[in-house]
Amino acid sequence: MRGVCKAFPGVRALSDVNLEVRAGEVVAVIGENGAGKSTLMKILAGVQAPDAGELRVDGAAVRLRSVADAQRAGIALIHQELNLCDNLSVGANVMLGHERRRGPFVDEGQTRATAQAALARVGLPVDARRPLAGLSIGQQQLVEIAKALSIDARLLIMDEPTSSLTQSETEQLFGVVRELRRQGVSVVYISHRLFEIRELADRVVVLRDGCNAGELAGPDIEHSRMVALMVGRDVERFYQRRAHAPGEVALSVTGLRTAAWPRHAVDLQVCAGEIVGLAGLIGAGRSELLGTLFGVLPARGGAVRVRDRELTAGNPRRALELGLALVPEDRKQHGVVLDLSVRDNLSLPSLHRRARAGVFVDDGAERRLAESVVQRLSIKTPHVQQVVRYLSGGNQQKVVLGKGLALDPAVLLLDEPTRGIDVGAKAEIYALLHELAGRGLAILLASSEMEEVMGVCDRVLVMHEGRIAGELPRAEFSERRILELAVGAGPMAAGERRAQ
Amino acid sequence: MKKILGIAGLLFFVCVVTALATDRFYDAGNVENLIRRSALFGVISIGAAFVIVTGGIDLSIGSVICLVGSLLPWLLVEHGYSVATALPLVLALSALIGLLHGLLITRLALQPFVVTLCGLLLYRGVARGLTGDQTVGFGVGYEGLRDLAAGRWVVADLDDGRSVGIPAPCFYLVAIALVAAVFLNRTIWGRYLRALGRNPDAARYSGIATARLTVLAYVVCAFLAGVGGCLFVLDVNSAQPSDFGNFYELYAIAGAVLGGCALRGGEVSVVGVLLGAAVMQVLRNSIRLIESIPQQIEFAVIGAVILLGVIADELVKRAAAKRRAGQS
Repeated sequence: MRGVCKAFPGVRALSDVNLEVRAGEVVAVIGENGAGKSTLMKILAGVQAPDAGELRVDGAAVRLRSVADAQRAGIALIHQELNLCDNLSVGANVMLGHERRRGPFVDEGQTRATAQAALARVGLPVDARRPLAGLSIGQQQLVEIAKALSIDARLLIMDEPTSSLTQSETEQLFGVVRELRRQGVSVVYISHRLFEIRELADRVVVLRDGCNAGELAGPDIEHSRMVALMVGRDVERFYQRRAHAPGEVALSVTGLRTAAWPRHAVDLQVCAGEIVGLAGLIGAGRSELLGTLFGVLPARGGAVRVRDRELTAGNPRRALELGLALVPEDRKQHGVVLDLSVRDNLSLPSLHRRARAGVFVDDGAERRLAESVVQRLSIKTPHVQQVVRYLSGGNQQKVVLGKGLALDPAVLLLDEPTRGIDVGAKAEIYALLHELAGRGLAILLASSEMEEVMGVCDRVLVMHEGRIAGELPRAEFSERRILELAVGAGPMAAGERRAQ
Repeated sequence: MKKILGIAGLLFFVCVVTALATDRFYDAGNVENLIRRSALFGVISIGAAFVIVTGGIDLSIGSVICLVGSLLPWLLVEHGYSVATALPLVLALSALIGLLHGLLITRLALQPFVVTLCGLLLYRGVARGLTGDQTVGFGVGYEGLRDLAAGRWVVADLDDGRSVGIPAPCFYLVAIALVAAVFLNRTIWGRYLRALGRNPDAARYSGIATARLTVLAYVVCAFLAGVGGCLFVLDVNSAQPSDFGNFYELYAIAGAVLGGCALRGGEVSVVGVLLGAAVMQVLRNSIRLIESIPQQIEFAVIGAVILLGVIADELVKRAAAKRRAGQS
């Protein structure tokens, strides 16, 4: 790809970008949100057409007018969000759109055999006839890759493939990518997780503001150099390790049973001014615990108290009133209304508090609130009337945070607050959390990123299969200890098993 | 705002075409009748808009109109109820129907389409059963009551002995539209309805009582259908349960959608809805007046005009987007 340009209304997304991928090479493309990664990938996959520049496949110039064109040229894009039909079988998903046919009919046998072969290549030993719905997210990700392989793709573009995978699923995926590389398949790998890139990529291409910002290869691929190229300056201290002096108990949970794990009662406490991490593998019940605390999921017993006042189970409104706010994991589904403006989103939970006569929307108060939050969290938006859909992921996440903060809560629950957002925005959110804790907010932070949990929290609770398997103070933080507890191999867990 | 201009343009276009095709369109009597019908349909379209903004749909509007419209004269004339009993009774019934819809949709998580489709069959069936499928009417009595809908406020007298007047339903429509506009645009509940119509999960996570507001929308819709039912039957004096209010839900929904309510929820404009309802009535009127259009193809003409309007709207939108893209 040479000299690719692409302009959108109001923004020049790419200018004169070059990207070269050799056969059997894993090239990581990194950059902050809005740097142009997604646009570049969409052009490569035939989703969008470039305004200028040329694409060469095996030395011959090609024009990709559609996804089908790109697929014929051997290029397949695997989107960040899974594009699978969970009402169909695994095999039907792998072969969707290119089923083996006999006249107008689907040749079921051939189709299934081809699918099964593709599944074998990605190391997924499941029957192609099984319904997709029974597979884990990690397995579904592999189905996506099998789908790409079944059209003989020679260049796979993977957009944040690990953003919802567990550690072991990620390892498995890496194994598959390495195996594909050995077979001569090229991979363009997009990720915000720099440690993954260090482990996997042969070469790193960094984009910044729609331009090539630099390249790193082999031993030069290291965390600080990647970050420096991405932000254009040195980010010396990414996690400002800072200890907080915990105050009184702000959140106290006793004997809480979630609907997902009704047999395990959870007890925990978070003090004012303290950041407590909630670690664990995906499916360990962290999101379920936070959702149940907040009241969007039903509780099967137990009590939740915020500053000595008891919450009503299953009532998020009451939770917000008493000062418990949640930043949910799924930002687009639960966090914001994408088609409403920044202002409308920010004021949504607190609108009634600022209403005139308790009923009529107070435009002035609403605008002032929105502008102050936008300024405080440095949300990048042209104006507060901008529709949230058009903000970058990091700024959307700040809107979700701002919604909660506008209520002036005592306890903030965060569920994967930095998933899929860029390094710069991450650093800003960490700094904000430290500032909030410094002012006495109690924070419970669930995260799958080990670095994040260890870098930000004062204390970590590790969950395993719906219960808290162990607790580690900052002095005892180590990846190994957390993982041991997360897989249920900790001393406490072992003791419990004996007791049963 | 742009959407309102678009629908206003369509209304203007249909009026001009009809006026050019037949001079009967301008006739004072026709204009007054047209306004009366538009006002009546405006009332039920506003109801439909409340449900559509939540992302739902109410297919039972026409049958609620039939039930209420048949029950009112049936209770008054056949069973001798007083107006003071019968009128509140039928209006309460319509609100109750809305409550039932809302609870089924929020508590049992049934699809609005299914719930109200069953309602469509159910209420018309009940109306036909109760009345023995016989036409019910007010005859020559209840003049005061009938004036509520059929009355008019005379503004000026014409030379030929006729007069120019404002039909009574206009006043109700203005009152209802004002309340609806303030509710939807200025209160926190209006904002909540828009938010939950586009993303009910995010609204719930924001601490909004989404179920209660959804129920409220269905109650408002059914209640306004009930109000419409009373006004319609008072206007025409009698109701034949087998076809009274037939297809009215589609006129109401089409009016709301033409007026800028996206069926996926979250968007609403009361002025747009009123214009949309008016377009529907002018179309029906012009088919009746223009002799070269046979009556039988009424639905075909209405369907085609709406479709063309929607296509034109989409093309204009795309052209505008392209122009904006070209500028930057």
